[in-house]
Amino acid sequence: MSLDKNRVRTIANLARLEVRDDELDHLAGELSNIIHFVEQLAEVNTDGVAPMTSVANMELPRRVDEVTDGGCQDKILANAPEQQDGFFLVPKVVE
Amino acid sequence: MSRSDLTRLTMAAARDGLARKDFTAVELAEAHVAAMEAARQLNAFVTETPELAVDRARAADARLAKGEGGAMEGLPIAMKDLFCTEGVRTTASSHILENFIPPYESTVSANLKKAGAVMLGKTSLDEFAMGSSNMTSHFGPVENPWKRKSDPKAKLVPGGSSGGSAAAVAARLALGATGTDTGGSIRQPASFCGIVGIKPTYGRCSRWGIIAFASSLDQAGPMARTVRDVSIMLGAMAGHDPKDSTSAPVAVPNFEAALTGDIRGLKVGVPKEYRPDGLSSEVETLWNDGIAMLKDAGATPVEISLPHTKYALPTYYIVAPAECSSNLARYDGVRYGLRVEGKTLDEMYAKTRAAGFGKEVRRRILVGTYVLSAGYYDAYYAKAQKVRRLIADDFAKAFQSVDVILTPTAPSAAFAIGETDDNPVTMWLNDVFTIPTSLAGLPGLSLPTGLSTDGLPLGLQLIGRPFDEETVLKVAEVMEKAAGFTAVP
Amino acid sequence: MAYVIQGETGDWELVIGLEVHAQVISKSKLFSGASTLFGGEPNTQVSLVDAAMPGMLPVINEYCIEQAVRTGLGLKAAINLTSVFARKNYFYADLPQGYQISQYEHPIVGEGEVILDMPDGSTRTVGIERLHLEQDAGKSLHDQHPTKSFIDLNRSGVALMEIVSKPDMRSPEEAAAYVTKLRSILRYLGTCDGNMAEGSMRCDANVSVRKSGEPYRTRAEIKNVNSIRFLQQAIEYEARRQIDLYEEGGQVVQETRLFDSNKGETRSMRSKEHAHDYRYFPDPDLLPLVLTQGFVDHIKAGLPELPDEKKDRFMRDYGLSPYDAGVLVAEQANADFFEAVAKGRDPKLACNWVMGDFAAAMNRLGRSIDNPPVSAADLGGLIDLIADNTISGRIAKEVFELMVETGKGPAAIVEEKGLRQVTDTGAIESSIDAVLAANGDKVAEYRSGKDKLFGFFVGQVMKATGGKANPALVNEILKKKLG
Ligand SMILES: [Mg+2]
Ligand SMILES: [Zn+2]
Repeated sequence: MSLDKNRVRTIANLARLEVRDDELDHLAGELSNIIHFVEQLAEVNTDGVAPMTSVANMELPRRVDEVTDGGCQDKILANAPEQQDGFFLVPKVVE
Repeated sequence: MSRSDLTRLTMAAARDGLARKDFTAVELAEAHVAAMEAARQLNAFVTETPELAVDRARAADARLAKGEGGAMEGLPIAMKDLFCTEGVRTTASSHILENFIPPYESTVSANLKKAGAVMLGKTSLDEFAMGSSNMTSHFGPVENPWKRKSDPKAKLVPGGSSGGSAAAVAARLALGATGTDTGGSIRQPASFCGIVGIKPTYGRCSRWGIIAFASSLDQAGPMARTVRDVSIMLGAMAGHDPKDSTSAPVAVPNFEAALTGDIRGLKVGVPKEYRPDGLSSEVETLWNDGIAMLKDAGATPVEISLPHTKYALPTYYIVAPAECSSNLARYDGVRYGLRVEGKTLDEMYAKTRAAGFGKEVRRRILVGTYVLSAGYYDAYYAKAQKVRRLIADDFAKAFQSVDVILTPTAPSAAFAIGETDDNPVTMWLNDVFTIPTSLAGLPGLSLPTGLSTDGLPLGLQLIGRPFDEETVLKVAEVMEKAAGFTAVP
Repeated sequence: MAYVIQGETGDWELVIGLEVHAQVISKSKLFSGASTLFGGEPNTQVSLVDAAMPGMLPVINEYCIEQAVRTGLGLKAAINLTSVFARKNYFYADLPQGYQISQYEHPIVGEGEVILDMPDGSTRTVGIERLHLEQDAGKSLHDQHPTKSFIDLNRSGVALMEIVSKPDMRSPEEAAAYVTKLRSILRYLGTCDGNMAEGSMRCDANVSVRKSGEPYRTRAEIKNVNSIRFLQQAIEYEARRQIDLYEEGGQVVQETRLFDSNKGETRSMRSKEHAHDYRYFPDPDLLPLVLTQGFVDHIKAGLPELPDEKKDRFMRDYGLSPYDAGVLVAEQANADFFEAVAKGRDPKLACNWVMGDFAAAMNRLGRSIDNPPVSAADLGGLIDLIADNTISGRIAKEVFELMVETGKGPAAIVEEKGLRQVTDTGAIESSIDAVLAANGDKVAEYRSGKDKLFGFFVGQVMKATGGKANPALVNEILKKKLG
């Protein structure tokens, strides 16, 4: 399947990547090329094959319900681009 | 011992020299710091930490004096800049993390510190470990210390994504270095730089504190100049970590003890699918020579089939971008990293991420977003997950009849910076021999066994059963002796 | 009676499905060791994992798994022995990872049911579609600064159970009864405190309308309603809005709406408008969650008696009406209080007192069952005094109010105030004689057939005895004397 400019715009928006209009054609071509390449998988018969999410052949480990973390506001905010009164700040969101 | 003698030691020799008090850890560290500073034209390091190195070396000397040294006490190493290091800038070679200083230490780097290793600095990589050339780093390409005989002026790539680590180890700037491998990022640069690198079994080393690229594939491992050295270093890096839900609750064997030199009776699989049309004759010869060395040592080569090999690359280029598109969503300019202001939150996100990520990273995020999006998930992502199982099953079946598998590491020697075409898929072909192992989660090691006609190192890959790094290392050491690879850049 | 809304074009029926987000009671978060306590300083109950620092990884809290299973069992639901955590990908300022770890194709709990207790004493069954575990997001404050929103991640990563009903409700009252009952079950189980004001229980309502017998029409989703009263108002408003739209020839669009409790109306959430595509996929940082049947059985064996079973027992053992039993069991503490009062006493009398004067006093004083105006023992003691004829029911009401006022026990009040019932026939007889002597004319009228005057004589005697005469004895003797 080939991707058109609109599809690329939609994906870029989903991924929150600003893309200029004059980049769209080039990107559409590049992504289509990649998608064509991966589409050769269609020729593999996978009937009855269960998808493999992880190669880790083990049980999901579980934690005991104890408070062992937190209380480190300084570390949490240490790299913040903008902060005030212990909060992160972002451009105002209107709901 | 002169400074340059100190940097030419193997890790094992340096360890013994420290024990014999032939030199101190501080001397060893200073020699490497000097080498690192003298080799800045390679651009192997994003961040150098010479003071930290000398401080740690001093502490190592104190522990050694008390007979309390760890397995890597006083040994200078480089750290791929994908491992978060407390108080030391960690960038993933990305503009978006250019000024990020983690208030925490990754489990693997903490393990190395505990073992006494001395960190010299943080090495460059392809941005977010996405690449096979180290050309996608925000801090510029890394140069391979090796030169073509025919064209000594050409600047060659060190491979990637652990290119800075590979170059540093090959250029004798560090005794060893950490790498991470998602589709070949330890093995391919090891091959390009003429050093040894092992990607252990998925789950052997903790992923906690390593900046994620593709979570189901990422695995840390050591890069060094001998099989014994990577064995020492892997032992220090590995271990179960309750903070990583995919870290295997298995004991860490003494990998060095596995190097018995005896591989008699072992069956070595040689997959027929790894001889694609157009495989260069020098790689083919290298491979045949490797098979002969193992045969001479008493092992039995067995032709095997891994029928889904050709689908590994397309599978990987669905799975890895899908996971990366989600893993990299956290770089949004809110809590850390680069922020480019915008009038609205969404505008800030889009501007920050467009400016913060390089071209290859953006491309993979877009591919990953696409293959997961509504209406495409089943055709791409779910399909790839199924083929991934078939690929893993191929290996499982092969390992019913062989103990280890031998293949080339990469289809070619190092290429020159700027020599590649613009098609990303061409670049991806570098990883055609390493990606299947990653998809199956198996241990894979690259060992330099010869030079190309143009004088560049070429590596062979050994693949083992899950959590059987010991056999891989044992066979590698036998081949290392037989190959007698002594060339230096 | 079916709930219908009359429109211009005929009668309309409501179709309501609810998604309830219930915060799991646990000490630490679903995937990190940070505290879940409400109301901390901003970003203090946050681990590096909750802030999605590079390289941080989730590890699941075993108690949250147990709580989800316990809740599933309480909802008589199927427990899925294998479930999968998936990433729900979207960008928002208070979602640090850029995805929420949730469950999608394979939730931990499958189909179950909730039995609603309607105000008229009838019941209705609402199906549960699924229950899954997921992380909460952080909190955005939009009113602190003219151009900035403030982000606090204290809630980020707290475990939630999303409980999804089938579209089985047909009126705002049923929706209210569903949330009430669900909350009651969660509280009995100890899996969620049900505190809607603090946000530990939040409700999304999917509302559509249709003509009777039609298939489902397009629904709108009303997000984050934080009280049961608002839920009813929101549904009523939304149903009316949709009917008006249809009747004007318009169409309902599938969208997310917000209930504005000040204006009492729902409105479209513009921020949620642009296309959503959550790109769910199994979280590669986690493995499938596999439970053993033994683990489930062990939790099942430890379940408390739940409201429905308790209600059945109250009806069976105490002979209470479905309505009374339903009201009493809604809160476990109320049910326990009732049982303490009823123990060894007439259960109907106990029920009348607990639901009558006692409940009224509690309301009036704004007290809770944990801090009752009268203890169960004292209320029981009061009932005992009625039962052994020490006081009449009427005096008992007076005694009860004094108990509430003074905190003293019933026996002490009766003694102190001399309220003990007069059962001495001699004393009653002399009172009657005096009343009859003083009202000769009325006695004559009565005897000539004016039976209604009997009540007058009773009243006069009670008045003369200060209300303390045993009413049964007064009746008996009076009848005899009047012949
Ligand atoms: Mg929902
Ligand atoms: Zn939810």
